[in-house]
Amino acid sequence: MALKIVKGSIDRMFDKNLQDLVRGIRNHKEDEAKYISTCIDEIKQELKQDNIAVKANAVCKLTYLQMLGYDVSWAAFNIVEVMSSSKFTYKRIGYLAASQCFHEGTDVIMLTTNQIRKDLSSPNQYDTGVALTGLSCFVTPDLARDLANDIMTLMSHTKPYIRKKAVLIMYKVFLKYPESLRPAFPRLKEKLEDPDPGVQSAAVNVICELARRNPKNYLSLAPLFFKLMTSSTNNWVLIKIIKLFGALTPLEPRLGKKLIEPLTNLIHSTSAMSLLYECVNTVIAVLISLSSGMPNHSASIQLCVQKLRILIEDSDQNLKYLGLLAMSKILKTHPKSVQSHKDLILQCLDDKDESIRLRALDLLYGMVSKKNLMEIVKKLMLHVDKAEGTTYRDELLTKIIDICSQNNYQYITNFEWYISILVELTRLEGTRHGHLIASQMLDVAIRVKAIRGFAVAQMAMLLDNAHLLTGNTQRNGICEVLYAAAWICGEFSEHLEDPMHTLEAMLRPKVATLPGHIQAVYVQNAAKLFATVLRKQEGAPDSQAAQETSQLLIDRLPLFVQSANLEVQERASCILQLVKYIQKLQQKDVEVAEEVSALFAGELNPVAPKAQKKVPVPEGLDLDAWINDPPSESESEDEKPKAVFAKEEPKHTRPRHPEVDEKELARRREARKQEQANNPFYIKSSPSSQKVYQDAPGVEHIPVVQIDLSVPLKVPGMPMSDQYVKLEEERRQKERAEKKKKEKKKKREKRGRGKKGDSGPESEEDITPAHQVDIVTEEMPENALPSDDDDKDPNDPHKALDIDLDKPLMDSEKLPVRTHRPEVLKSPAEDGDGEPAQAEPKKRSSKEKKEKKKDKDKDRKKSKEEKKKKKHKRDAEPEEPVEEQMEEPVQSEASAEVAAPPTSTPTEASDLDFWLSNAPVLSANQEVEPTPPETTSTPETTSAAAPESEPEEPKDTEPEETKSSKHKKKKQKKEKEDKEKKKKKRHHHHHHHSDGAGDESVQNGTVEEEEPLPPMSNYCLLAENSYIKMVCDIQGNLQDGSQVVVSVIFENKSDCFLKSMEFNVLDSLNSKLQRPEGAGPHDGLTVPFQLPPGVSNEARFVFSVQSIVMPQKLKGTLTFIVKSEDSSTHEKLDFKLHFTCTSYLITTPCYSDAYAKLLESGDLKASSLKLEGVNMPFHHLLARICFHHHFSVVERIDSCASMYSRSIQGHHVCLLVKTSGETVSIDAKCDEPSLLGNVLEEIKQTFSRC
Amino acid sequence: MIKAILIFNNHGKPRLSKFYEHYSEDTEQQIIRETFHLVSKRDENVCNFLEGGLLIGGSDNKLIYRHYATLYFVFCVDSSESELGILDLIQVFVETLDKCFENVCELDLIFHVDKVHNILAEMVMGGMVLETNMNEIITQIDAQNKMEKSEAGIAGAPARAVSAVKNMNLPEMPRNINIGDISIKVPNLPSFK
Repeated sequence: MALKIVKGSIDRMFDKNLQDLVRGIRNHKEDEAKYISTCIDEIKQELKQDNIAVKANAVCKLTYLQMLGYDVSWAAFNIVEVMSSSKFTYKRIGYLAASQCFHEGTDVIMLTTNQIRKDLSSPNQYDTGVALTGLSCFVTPDLARDLANDIMTLMSHTKPYIRKKAVLIMYKVFLKYPESLRPAFPRLKEKLEDPDPGVQSAAVNVICELARRNPKNYLSLAPLFFKLMTSSTNNWVLIKIIKLFGALTPLEPRLGKKLIEPLTNLIHSTSAMSLLYECVNTVIAVLISLSSGMPNHSASIQLCVQKLRILIEDSDQNLKYLGLLAMSKILKTHPKSVQSHKDLILQCLDDKDESIRLRALDLLYGMVSKKNLMEIVKKLMLHVDKAEGTTYRDELLTKIIDICSQNNYQYITNFEWYISILVELTRLEGTRHGHLIASQMLDVAIRVKAIRGFAVAQMAMLLDNAHLLTGNTQRNGICEVLYAAAWICGEFSEHLEDPMHTLEAMLRPKVATLPGHIQAVYVQNAAKLFATVLRKQEGAPDSQAAQETSQLLIDRLPLFVQSANLEVQERASCILQLVKYIQKLQQKDVEVAEEVSALFAGELNPVAPKAQKKVPVPEGLDLDAWINDPPSESESEDEKPKAVFAKEEPKHTRPRHPEVDEKELARRREARKQEQANNPFYIKSSPSSQKVYQDAPGVEHIPVVQIDLSVPLKVPGMPMSDQYVKLEEERRQKERAEKKKKEKKKKREKRGRGKKGDSGPESEEDITPAHQVDIVTEEMPENALPSDDDDKDPNDPHKALDIDLDKPLMDSEKLPVRTHRPEVLKSPAEDGDGEPAQAEPKKRSSKEKKEKKKDKDKDRKKSKEEKKKKKHKRDAEPEEPVEEQMEEPVQSEASAEVAAPPTSTPTEASDLDFWLSNAPVLSANQEVEPTPPETTSTPETTSAAAPESEPEEPKDTEPEETKSSKHKKKKQKKEKEDKEKKKKKRHHHHHHHSDGAGDESVQNGTVEEEEPLPPMSNYCLLAENSYIKMVCDIQGNLQDGSQVVVSVIFENKSDCFLKSMEFNVLDSLNSKLQRPEGAGPHDGLTVPFQLPPGVSNEARFVFSVQSIVMPQKLKGTLTFIVKSEDSSTHEKLDFKLHFTCTSYLITTPCYSDAYAKLLESGDLKASSLKLEGVNMPFHHLLARICFHHHFSVVERIDSCASMYSRSIQGHHVCLLVKTSGETVSIDAKCDEPSLLGNVLEEIKQTFSRC
Repeated sequence: MIKAILIFNNHGKPRLSKFYEHYSEDTEQQIIRETFHLVSKRDENVCNFLEGGLLIGGSDNKLIYRHYATLYFVFCVDSSESELGILDLIQVFVETLDKCFENVCELDLIFHVDKVHNILAEMVMGGMVLETNMNEIITQIDAQNKMEKSEAGIAGAPARAVSAVKNMNLPEMPRNINIGDISIKVPNLPSFK
C-alpha cells in the first residue's frame, strides 16, 4: 500500500503541475494556443487515471486555464470527484475549480448535494469552510433548498470561523430560495449580537444587503442597529450600518431625527475618512427625508457641505470624487447650499480626471439659473470642443441638453440661442446622440411657437448642408438631426423664406443614402413644402413657376419610389401620383394650391409621452375578448405589423418633460409683463383648442442675416450661440436700465409717499425672456389617470425577498429537512435533523435575552421614562391580532418580561414607534403641562382617543398623537373637576361623536349667553374591586341596526401588573356578545392589552341585540392575572351590564320641516312626562337630554324646545320640552310606545339624580 | 456586494479573476479586456473610482482599483459598498499577499494563483466581505497550509523536492509589487481592524 502511494507520487513528480503549465505557456509565447491544446489533451489523460492526486493536479491546471478564457465545463464531473476527496488539499482544489466554473446550468451540480452536506458537517472546520466558500459561488435554488437547514445549523456552530461563513452564505441562500428567509431570520438577527466581531460583521453585512432592497421590512430592526452604531468600534460594521440607515430613513422620517445627533458626533470625532464620508452621506439622506425640515437642520446641511468642500478641495483625487458625488445628493433637496460652491465645481470641470469631470457635470445640472445658463453652457461647449474621447463628449452633449431642457426649459430665456446651440452640437462627429438633438429640436419647434420662424430658418440651412452631416458614413448618429430638420421645415413651411430652395434640397439624389425612416420624412415633408410653394406661386403672375415645381417633384420622386424601404416607397409613389394629377389640373389652369394645402391643414399638438397609457379602460370593456368569433389560423397572418407613420412619430417619441411649474412660470411672466399692453395668453391647450396663435414680439428681429453662409466646410449658423450670449447680455442690461428708470420713478413716488424703496441686486426672477415664449403643454386625454405606474423590474431577484418578516412563522414554512437518502448521513448531520424542533424554544430564549438587555438599557434611563415605555408598550399591544393573544400560552414566569407572543414582531414595531417617538414626545410633554386647557379631562377624551387604540386602526401612522392622548388620559384623573369649560371646543373636533353633536345643536338654537355646563359623562361605573375599575359607555351602532358597542375603560388601581384579562358576558336570548369566529358561545374575549400599575385603557366590545324596545341587563365576569414582583394570582370581577333604551338611540339631526311632517303623519303614539323641581337653566336641561339620551335640538323658542332622536332600528322619537319655573313637561311621540315609555323613564331618572 | 475581483498586469494579462456572478468564459475575458482598457489609460494620480464598464452590471456599479507596480487590483462593486472601505480592503489584500508570499511579486501571483484564490476566499465570500483583519486572515491561511502539509506527509516530499528544483531557475527576477512605498495616498483608516 505504502509502496503504491510512493510509486504514485513518483509518477506524479514527472507530471506537469500548475507551475510547469504556467512556465510552459510563458515559454511558448508565439504558439500559446497550440501549446495549451496539447496541455488540455494531457489533462484529459490525467483525469482518466484513478489516482486522485493526479486528478486534483489536472483540475488545478484547468482552473488556471479557465482564467485564461478556456471553457472547462467538460471536466465538471471530474471536479466533483476531486471535491469529494477526503483530503483537504484536494477538496480545496476541487471546490476552487467548482466555484470558478459551476453555475446554475451545470447539470452535475445536483450530484454534489450530499457531498456538500457531508463537508458542512465535517468535524474539520476547514472542510466546512471550504465547502461554504465554494457553495457561496455556485449555489442553485435546489442546493439552497436542500442545504438551507444545514447551513442554518452552522450559524450556531461553536467556531466563529464557521459561524461567520454560514451567516454570510445565508444571503445567497435567501436569494435562491426566498422561502428560507422567514424561518432563518430570527437566528440571523440573533447573530447581530454575536460575541465574535467577525460574525457580527457578517450578520450586519447580510441584513444590510437584504434591507437595501426591501427596506421597509427591516425598519423594526432600527433600534438594534442604532445600539450597534453607538456601541461598535468596527469601522466596517459602522459603515454598513450607517449605509443601512441611509436606506431606512426615507421610510421613517422620525428615524432621521434620531440619527442626526449621533451622526453629527461621529462626523466631528472620527478620523477615518471612509466613516466620515458615509456619515455625511447618511446625514444627507436624512435631510432629504426631512426635506420639509425643521429650521435647526440648516446647521447639519452646513456641516455636510462644509465637510464635503474640504473633501473636494483635498489633493487626494478619491476624496474629491466622493465629495462631488455626495454633493450631488444634497443638490436635489438643498440646491441653495450647493450653489454657493459653484466656483469650486466649475473648477473641477477642468480637472484632468474624467471621473471627476463627470461628477462635476452632474452637479452643474442643479447649479444653473436663468442668469448663468448661457455662461455655463458656453463653458461646456468649449469642453465639447476639447474633449478627446467620444464617451466624455457624448456625456457632455447629453448634459448640455439635460441642463437646458430641465423643468420644461425653465432656465432658457432665449430660445434662439438654444436652437443655435443645438445646431452647433450637430457638428459632433460620431456621436450616439443624434436622436437626442433631433428630439430637442422637434420639441422646441413644436412647443415654443414664437421660435418657429427662427427654427425653420436654421433647419433649412441644415437641410441645405446635409452633405456635411452625412458626408462621412461614420457620422451616422448625427444624421438623425435631418429627420427633425425635414419635419420642421415641412410642418412649419409657412415660415420659410425660400421654400423652393429647401424643397430642392430635400429632393437631392444624395438623400437616398440616408436611413429609410429619414427618407420617409423627407418625402412626406417635401409634399408639405410643395403645397406651400404652390400657394406662393399661384398668387404670383408667373403661372409657369408652379408647373415647374410640379415637374421637379415628378422628376425627383421616382428615385424614392424605387427605394428598398417600404415606408419610403409607399409614400413616394402615393405623392408622385398626387403630383401628377396636380400637374394635369395645372395644365388646365385650375387653381389647386388651396386644395393641396388642405391635405396638410391643422395643427399638431404635442401629446404627453404617457398619454395613451393613462387613458382608463372604460368600464365593461374587455380588450382581450373576441369581438367576433376567433378567425381561423390562416387569417391571422394577414394582420399587418403595426406601421406607425414616421411623420407622427415625433409626437410619441419626444422626451417627456415634467409638466410642473408651467403655470407658475406663466404667472410670474404675466405679472412682470403687466405693464406691457398686449398681455400674452397663457395657453393651456386642451384637446379642443386647436389653433391658438399668438403674436410673439421679437420674432422679427431674428438675426438670420448674421449667418455666414460662405464659410466653407462649416455647418452654417454655428458660431452664433456666442453672439447670443453677448446679445442677451446687452438686452438684459438694457432691461435693467429700463427697470432702474422705472424703479427710480417709483422711488420718487414712493418717497413722495414717505416709503422706503430698495433696489436689491438683480434677482433670478427679474430676467425676462427675450421672446414671450409660450410653451405649449403636452396634451393628456381628458380622463387621464393621474397616477404614474411603477415600472419595477419584474425580474429583479430581490423582489422575491420582499417578505414580511413580522408575521408569525407557520409550520409549513419551516425549512425542509432532508428525509431521503439517509444512508449517506453520519451522526453529526443528524443533529441537523432535530434542529427545527429546537428552533422555536431557542428563538424564544433569544428574545428573552434581548428583552432583558433592553431592560438593562432602560435602567440606565430615568425611571420615569421607563414607566412611559412600558405603558406605551402595553398601549400599543392592542394592535396584535386577537388570535395571537389567544395562542399565547399562560406563562407563569417571565411573562411580564416577554409580553410578546413567540413572533414578537408586532410588539417590536410598537417598540420602534416608542423608540422613534421618544424625543419628540418628551417635548410634547413639556408643552402639555403648562397649557391645561388643551388637556380636557373629562373621560370623553378617552373615547375621543379611543379609535387610536382600536385593533383595526393602523397604529404607526400617528404614534405621537397616540402618545399625547395617552398623556391626556393619565391626567384626566387628577384634573377631572375643573376643566369642563373647554369641552365644547373639543367637541367641535370630535363632532362625529354623538355627545358632541348635541351640544352643537343647542348652541345653534341659543341666542342668550351660555352659562358653563356642568361636567357630563356617559361613562358609568360597571364594577370595581381593589385591583381594577371598569367604567363603560354604551352606544348604538349606526351602521348596523342590531349592534351595540360597549366601550369599557379598564383602570388598574393596584401596583401590580394586570394581564391576561378576559371579558365574558352571559348571553341572553335577546343580546349576545359578538365573539370571533370559531369561539364557543361561552368563551370570553381576551382584552387586547395588559395594564401596568396606574394605567387605564379602553376596549370595545360589540353586542348584537334583537329587540330594542326594552332595557336589559347582562351578567358578566372579568378574569385577569395579577402579577406582582414575586407572585401572580388569578382574580375575577363580576359586573352587570345595563343596556338602557337610551343606548339604542343615536343622535340624528332633523330639520324642522321634516320634523313637522313627521308629527303630522299621525303614525306616532304620544306620551308625556312631568318633572318637578328641576333646578337648572333651560339650556343645561337640553344639553343633558342631548348628551345623556342622544337627542338633538330641532328648534328652540324661549323656554320651549323640540327634540329628535332615532333608534338604531329606525324608530323616530320626538320630544317637546317646555319649562316653567321648576317644572318641566315633556310631551313625546314615538312609533314604538314601549320604547318611548322606557326612554322617558330613563330621562326621568337622569333628572331625579340631580 | 462585490461583483468581481480582477487582477491583471500592465499589459492586461489576467493574473486572477474572480466573478461572483456567472458569466460565460468569453464574456469574462471581454470584461477583463474592457476593464483593463478603462483602467490602464488613467493617469497615476487620478482618482481610483470608475463608473463601471458596459459589460459588468449597469449604473449601480463602480470599479475601484489600485495600481501596484506591475499589477492592477480591480474590484467591481455596487453601491452598497463603501468606496473608501474597498480601497482599504485592496490594501489589506495586498498586504496579506505580501505577508503570505514574503515580499510578493507578480511572479508569485503567476505561479500560485490557487494560493491567491485561497487567501482571497478568506477575505471575500460570495461577493461579501468576510474578514478585514489581516492577522485573522493569516492565521486561517497558515492553519490550512499546515493541514495541507501534514496531509502530504512523506508522500508529498519527493514532489516538493522536484518542484523546488524546477523553481530554481525562474525565467525572470522577481519584480516586487512593492508594498513599502505606495505612491497613492491611503485614506486614513486607523481603526479598520
